[in-house]
Amino acid sequence: MNTQSNFVVRAFRWFDPRGRSLSGWGFMIHRLTALGLTFYLFLHLIVLGQLAQGPDAYDNFLKSTESPLYKIGELSVVAAVFLHGLNGVRIVMTSFGIAVPRQREIFIGAMVIGLVAIVIFGIRMFIG
Amino acid sequence: MVEKWNITVKFYRQKQGEKPHDQEIKMDVNPDENVIDLVERAWALHDRTLVFAHACHHSTCGACGMRVNEREKLACITPVRSVVANGGTLKVAPLRNFPVISDLVVDMGELYRRMDLVGHQPVDSDREEAIQPEFRPAGPAEPNEDFMRLSDCIECGLCMSACPVFSSTPDYLGPAVLAGAHQAGLEKNPLLFKLIDSATGVWRCHSAFECTAVCPSNVDPGWRIMELRRKVIGDRVKTLFNPRKPAEVGK
Ligand code: SF4
Ligand code: FES
Repeated sequence: MNTQSNFVVRAFRWFDPRGRSLSGWGFMIHRLTALGLTFYLFLHLIVLGQLAQGPDAYDNFLKSTESPLYKIGELSVVAAVFLHGLNGVRIVMTSFGIAVPRQREIFIGAMVIGLVAIVIFGIRMFIG
Repeated sequence: MVEKWNITVKFYRQKQGEKPHDQEIKMDVNPDENVIDLVERAWALHDRTLVFAHACHHSTCGACGMRVNEREKLACITPVRSVVANGGTLKVAPLRNFPVISDLVVDMGELYRRMDLVGHQPVDSDREEAIQPEFRPAGPAEPNEDFMRLSDCIECGLCMSACPVFSSTPDYLGPAVLAGAHQAGLEKNPLLFKLIDSATGVWRCHSAFECTAVCPSNVDPGWRIMELRRKVIGDRVKTLFNPRKPAEVGK
């Protein structure tokens, strides 16, 4: 069928934002946050590896995490966890045949809750 | 008095072996016309090399599927005023995920083969479970009487074009085919059960529900895929407590 394009092009075709519905965006957000969180996991393991270089190295690293850039990074991780987790609940429900005709409304609800949570976290992280 | 609009229509043009390009045509239109009327007029009055498909003009044959402003639509039931404003630009392009034969026509042969494979019938008995709860009739007029109806799915391919998973994974059976399997009935065919309970079957769907959003015929493939999953999970739980021979799988 759509075998004309090569493998690499095809591998990215799921991210085609043209003409998407709300739940289509839900799928893209879910996959992008999944990729982001996987990337973060690797980063996290690398950082933990600093522990092996002694307490000084780790303390120095911890100091560098106080920069605003780091905080933005941390907030992105929190945001990804909320969006992925809440949308994940909707996907699990629909996968068991529960509330499928209402999946769009559940998605809107999940995203609203997620955004409120992100804003609250953001305020606490940046303003205190 | 008939309303008159002036719009620009951008037609996707591509002949085999050539690079695609857009052809812009300025057109006077009645906003209550359907997009297929503009395509036909562009062919008749502007460029006879424009290739497109249609037959019934009333959403029954499924031939006129295309992307209107990037969204999958049946051009014969898409009013101009629903997709563009006076003075605006309308983009008409072929469906995604199928090879382009010429301009707006794609090769959907593989879809038809897969529909045959799962035993999709153009006419179906109105089995209750084959219909979404809200569309189910109150009940047959006579007890035990099945009434025959045209199958909802007109094999237009819109859902296959809109599915982002099918875009990246051509082996995925796809929403129309899985909906066809659901409608054909797993009970009748154990092999069908095996086909859909696989990495290229119901488990490949990632719940984008684009299929349901674009389907012009209330098939609701997204719902059907989830119904199939429910059946597969139910079957697995059942066999956990009551193992049976492979030949009985899906019964
Ligand atoms: S399921 Fe709907 S969108 Fe898909 S081929 Fe059938 S009628 Fe067209
Ligand atoms: S021309 Fe038959 S469905 Fe549009």
